[in-house]
Amino acid sequence: MRNLLPVLSVVAALLALWYAAVVPMNAQWAQDQARRAGQELSFAALVTDTMNQQRPRLPAPHQVAQELWNSTVVEEMTGRRGFMNTGTLSNRSLIYHGWVTLSATLLGFAIGSGLGIALAVGIVHNRAMDASVMPWAIASQTIPILAIAPMIIVVLNAVGITGLVPKAIISTYLSFFPVVVGMVKGLRAPDQMQLDLMKTYSASGRQVFAKLRWPSAMPYLFASLKVAIAAALVGAIVAELPTGAVAGLGARLLSGSYYGQTVQIWSALFAAAILAASMVALIGLIQRVTLRRMGMAT
Amino acid sequence: MRDTASAPVISAKGLNLTFQTNDGPVHALKDVTLDIGRGEFVSFIGPSGCGKTTFLRVIADLEHPTSGTISVNGMSPEAARRARAYGYVFQAAGLYPWRTIAGNVKLPLEIMGYSKAEQDARVEKVLELVELSGFERKFPWQLSGGMQQRASIARALAFDADILLMDEPFGALDEIVRDRLNEQLLELWARTEKTIGFVTHSIPEAVYLSTKIVVMSPRPGRITDIIDSPLPRARPLDIRDSPEFIEIAHRVREGLRAGHLDD
Repeated sequence: MRNLLPVLSVVAALLALWYAAVVPMNAQWAQDQARRAGQELSFAALVTDTMNQQRPRLPAPHQVAQELWNSTVVEEMTGRRGFMNTGTLSNRSLIYHGWVTLSATLLGFAIGSGLGIALAVGIVHNRAMDASVMPWAIASQTIPILAIAPMIIVVLNAVGITGLVPKAIISTYLSFFPVVVGMVKGLRAPDQMQLDLMKTYSASGRQVFAKLRWPSAMPYLFASLKVAIAAALVGAIVAELPTGAVAGLGARLLSGSYYGQTVQIWSALFAAAILAASMVALIGLIQRVTLRRMGMAT
Repeated sequence: MRDTASAPVISAKGLNLTFQTNDGPVHALKDVTLDIGRGEFVSFIGPSGCGKTTFLRVIADLEHPTSGTISVNGMSPEAARRARAYGYVFQAAGLYPWRTIAGNVKLPLEIMGYSKAEQDARVEKVLELVELSGFERKFPWQLSGGMQQRASIARALAFDADILLMDEPFGALDEIVRDRLNEQLLELWARTEKTIGFVTHSIPEAVYLSTKIVVMSPRPGRITDIIDSPLPRARPLDIRDSPEFIEIAHRVREGLRAGHLDD
């Protein structure tokens, strides 16, 4: 709990900065409204107004928090289409949209990390793959995902693949890369002496992999999985943007920007951030448990 | 049928090894000829770059000679390695941090396909041999450097190789720990009757341990003297103050100096 104080201090500083920015960002609209009504705004009234606009340029933190609460707990508990009334998640709640994005993220992350590990194993064990795969993997990441995402979705749509899979593929596209890089490094972590030792036992390639390379790569694996799952979430959200998707956090961002619902955009952004943070934390937990059981407590 | 009792376990004839480096060829071994008999304790001593480690690695099939012949147990080094003829102890203990001490000793046994019961029995036996009983479930970082090195010796002893190759195994340890480990190593050698090849740069260590001392010198790496020790096999630590001991140590020092005069 010693870490709590610095974390809370930073959060408090950020909130203060945010509140301070809200007033000048939204002042114009408040002033215009007042002028039209022929009134003079006092400073106190100005501050109150900028904090509580319907469509502020920059919503205040409490507005975002309120919206997050309303569009999750309140919507599902009391909403007409909420979980308590219908038995299914409401399509107006962030829980529903978050789940839509999360399912694509997890599928893409699973495929992406599997692919990344497979490629790394190939690169480490096969000279031809060592020379050929990495440049392509790097090239793939230099293409802006925003440019290639619509192409992938259109092409897959044309062959009849829609829904979850195209989004998952874009997640895969972003998440395999950190895993390849991390695992190539990890599988090559054993030093020459450890490899020589295996040679003195005349161990097979498979045994060297299972007993030396794979366990050595564990810390690298978890580090790259943390990056990969965050990238997978970005991929899933980006995949929802260009297709006019009606569900998912990306869809919420898009509809928010169509209708100028800044509060909705910010709450969807925060939902995405919370989702990413909890997934990274979950991997961190698995990492701690695994490495501790391996005697490599960090 | 070969007479294995008298035939040398390791036999090298006219061995040469040249490394190609960016600074031109490096003559690591030049015309090395040496026979090692069964049950001998042979030390290789010399300054760094004299090829002592390289020669050990040639025996272990970790380096390949440029010319000359070498046989291990009457086979090529590669065949001997595949037959798991030797255990190798490196300069660093090199225990796997994710395995317990017992797990580390088990490693070669798992690779060589011993049964589970056999593995456990052997782990218990060799850990007792290096006086590490009771540390089975500890992880390497919980042990001192000397204990780690003992665990790595246990690992090399766990399977039935009758040759033990040791590359400066105690080089990183302090004098007191080193004395104790040298004593233990002699006891272990007496109990297991293995043939031991031992690389060191310490003259007292070489003289104290060996039945045969091979003095080497650098550029090019070559043998300058082979000394058969007249010391008895049972050696208390204070044998190091005896005149015989001092005389052999003197001859080793002379050999090392002669190697340098050639430069």
